[in-house]
Amino acid sequence: MDDMKNNWKIIPPFHPEFDLERCDYKNGCKICVTECSFGEISLKPEKGKDGEIQYRPWSNMSACNACQRCVKMCPQNAIHIAFKPMHTSHGYWTSDYVGNLWRQTGKSGGVLLVGTGATGPQKRYFDYMMFDACQVTNPSIDPLREPMEIRRYLGSKPERYGEKIGPQLKLEVPIMFAAMSFGAVNIRVHEAEARASQIVGTYWNTGEGGFHKNLRQYGGNTIVQVASGRFGVSEDYLKSAAAVEIKIGQGAKPGIGGHLPGEKVSKPISETRMIPEGTDALSPAPHHDIYSIEDLRQLIFAIKEATEYKIPVAVKIAAVHNVAPIASGIARAGADIIVIDGFRGGTGATPFQIRQNTGIPIELALSAADRRLSEEGIRNRVSLVASGGIQCSSDVLKLICLGADAVYIGTPVLIALGCGVCQRCFTGKCPYGITTNRPGLAERIDVESATTALVRLLMSWSEEIKELMGSMGISAIEALRGNRDRLRGVGLNEEELKILGIKHAGT
Amino acid sequence: MCGIVGIINTDRKLIDGNYIREAIRIQRERGNGLGGGFAVYGAYPENKDKYAFHIMYEGSQNNPYISMVEDYIRSRMVIYHSEQIPVYPNDRIPRGPYFKRYFLKPLAEFLAPEQTEEDYIVEVVMAINKMEGAFVVSSGKNMGVFKGMGYPEDIADYFRIEDYRGYMWIAHNRFPTNTPGWWGGAHPFTILDKAVVHNGEITSYGTNKRWLEMYGYYCMLQTDTEVISYIYDKLTRGDKLPPKDACYVMAPSLWEDIDRTGDEKKKNLRQIYGPAIVNGPFGIVLSHSNGAIVLNDRNKLRPVVCAKAGNTFYASSEECSIRLLSPDVDNLWSPRGGEPVIIDFSVEDTQELRGRKAQWSLW
Ligand code: SF4
Ligand code: SF4
Repeated sequence: MDDMKNNWKIIPPFHPEFDLERCDYKNGCKICVTECSFGEISLKPEKGKDGEIQYRPWSNMSACNACQRCVKMCPQNAIHIAFKPMHTSHGYWTSDYVGNLWRQTGKSGGVLLVGTGATGPQKRYFDYMMFDACQVTNPSIDPLREPMEIRRYLGSKPERYGEKIGPQLKLEVPIMFAAMSFGAVNIRVHEAEARASQIVGTYWNTGEGGFHKNLRQYGGNTIVQVASGRFGVSEDYLKSAAAVEIKIGQGAKPGIGGHLPGEKVSKPISETRMIPEGTDALSPAPHHDIYSIEDLRQLIFAIKEATEYKIPVAVKIAAVHNVAPIASGIARAGADIIVIDGFRGGTGATPFQIRQNTGIPIELALSAADRRLSEEGIRNRVSLVASGGIQCSSDVLKLICLGADAVYIGTPVLIALGCGVCQRCFTGKCPYGITTNRPGLAERIDVESATTALVRLLMSWSEEIKELMGSMGISAIEALRGNRDRLRGVGLNEEELKILGIKHAGT
Repeated sequence: MCGIVGIINTDRKLIDGNYIREAIRIQRERGNGLGGGFAVYGAYPENKDKYAFHIMYEGSQNNPYISMVEDYIRSRMVIYHSEQIPVYPNDRIPRGPYFKRYFLKPLAEFLAPEQTEEDYIVEVVMAINKMEGAFVVSSGKNMGVFKGMGYPEDIADYFRIEDYRGYMWIAHNRFPTNTPGWWGGAHPFTILDKAVVHNGEITSYGTNKRWLEMYGYYCMLQTDTEVISYIYDKLTRGDKLPPKDACYVMAPSLWEDIDRTGDEKKKNLRQIYGPAIVNGPFGIVLSHSNGAIVLNDRNKLRPVVCAKAGNTFYASSEECSIRLLSPDVDNLWSPRGGEPVIIDFSVEDTQELRGRKAQWSLW
């Protein structure tokens, strides 16, 4: 039986390799051992020249996730992470599929969990769309000399001047921080997001885990979420924010609820979520009071009533096949903002199969929804926010050209704080102290420097966006919303071009 | 490139086409012979209560689609008079399409409930433009457009525009860069009595077009000029914005300035009409029966000079055109980017206007 155990043994594809020439172990350094929160590195005793016992770092070959924490923290730069997967000789049964089966049959016996967004080979449409630029007939605009405006207002707008204009969110940059709940991330991350939003003039989203009382001073830059678990939702909560977002779904796990294990529900989390300490926080898959669009309408207006129609109400959905008619329905149900989250969107924990196989790319979903709303003549009524898989500033601008009023970014926020995208957020052992509330780990986030990093993230992307706009001869970003003329497809087929609403390069 | 000129007499004093011909001729450098055109206001005083349609038919006068179009017109309107527009082929422009002029009125019973006469005319124009081989060059009352392929002075000679007299003339010399040159693609572009001449290339085209499509405007010609005239029409006729606000929507001030002045109206206009903002370089003269508007893009990436001499107002891409017409012009200036110059006759009737000062506004 014990022998049998080894049938399921998996050696992780990554492990740290130590350059002992550089390593300072002889002087007693063991930084990497303490830094690795996954327990990959241990100390191995060794006899030195003069016979004295020394401890050198040793890779256990059992837990490394290539998060790069030890690499970054080693003062001697003596570590690099090697990638040596257990190969199979089979071209179809690759180590990914084989490894997952061994994991399920040997250990978990259940659903494979994973963090961050989908990794599959599906096309990144961003890469197949190129911007236009001004040449001769049309001067480009130099952002260093001319004002470039990237401010956006999110919220419902009437058809014509003179009619009542709904409550608006003012964004100085077309980028907001996506929903990540307290519990999934820790309060330090929330505080950094809140502060950076306030400094730059944009919004962050609490996610579904409530809004910690210590951060309420940032309410003017906060969007609070109402999700199926209704954690932390009270009249006070709704009124404390600049906008309320009803979360129907998210790109990383469309149609799936959430689960924060009881051991993670510490005192502050239990208070903020308004659940007993140590109990599992379960978000059901659907809202138990929303079984159709008219139910959503009731919830939207219940929230509007509670907040006296003073703040916009957003509805967030995952990008799914029928996204266009769903978006139209949500607009007609009275939402001021619709958030569409593509299948590449990140998460703290999602079933692997759902993450990899459910939903559609944001580029196509957004374009379809924008077109549908325009065709129905109700595009003014709602703002569209796109998210899920945005990796750089040009992605942001391409989504704006496809009809987005603004975007949400999540994974780039984590990466700005150090995250090495190791996909192990659900373990609660985040080596960068981001997706963990463990004492000792969470302190790895310093709110001051995290805030600075997030401000830099927004500012650098804004500068790049202005450069891109200048080269296209655009000085106000609203002239780019839905402006598919500024994009051309390269290597896309007719159907794809039609859905994106763009022409192929050369035409 | 492209060159534009406008001559506007606020007393509605009529002048013949020679002046504008000369004014645009000396801007020859700004075009390449692929398009020139003129709009004249006050040309048909005896028919001023009827819509004057100038229609261009491809090919010769024997083409079958002429009768098809005319059958359609007859089914929707009353034709009071129709005639061939006289043309004078010369060695520079030896031939061109066939042009006809109609004086029309819709019958009251043809209008759908709540449809204005102007909405009805727009519908008819859109329908004819969708038909094979025909194109409505202009459709306003007491005004007309003459345009085609060639340098503007040659087009002027082709139509002998010196035979027409008007209180307002605008002209265009084309150097096409985005759409191929053809007779219908020359400027001015019109809808009802609004005519636009334009120098520029609009980078916001895609956004503007989508927004217009929500309100039933179809941009068939794929030109910037078309988009500008539709935006203006939607804002002034559809949403009843005064010309000043319509210009503001197309070339708004910076958010920074709006914040500083705390101007709620400007803020709301910009919020609501974001997709109607016109970006990219442009200089336009937009004329209508009761005045004209001169507008530059916010960054002033195209030249426009304005001048006033007595009761005549000039707008031009080049100062030389103005100096030619009025050598000792007293007041000449270059409007700032995004700040429209609005000339509004305010009073409908010429008789009444006489002796009154037309309203000038600089904003
Ligand atoms: S998991 Fe991270 S810290 Fe641990 S060994 Fe691997 S790379 Fe280093
Ligand atoms: S947040 Fe932490 S656990 Fe999650 S992927 Fe990044 S480094 Fe790994």
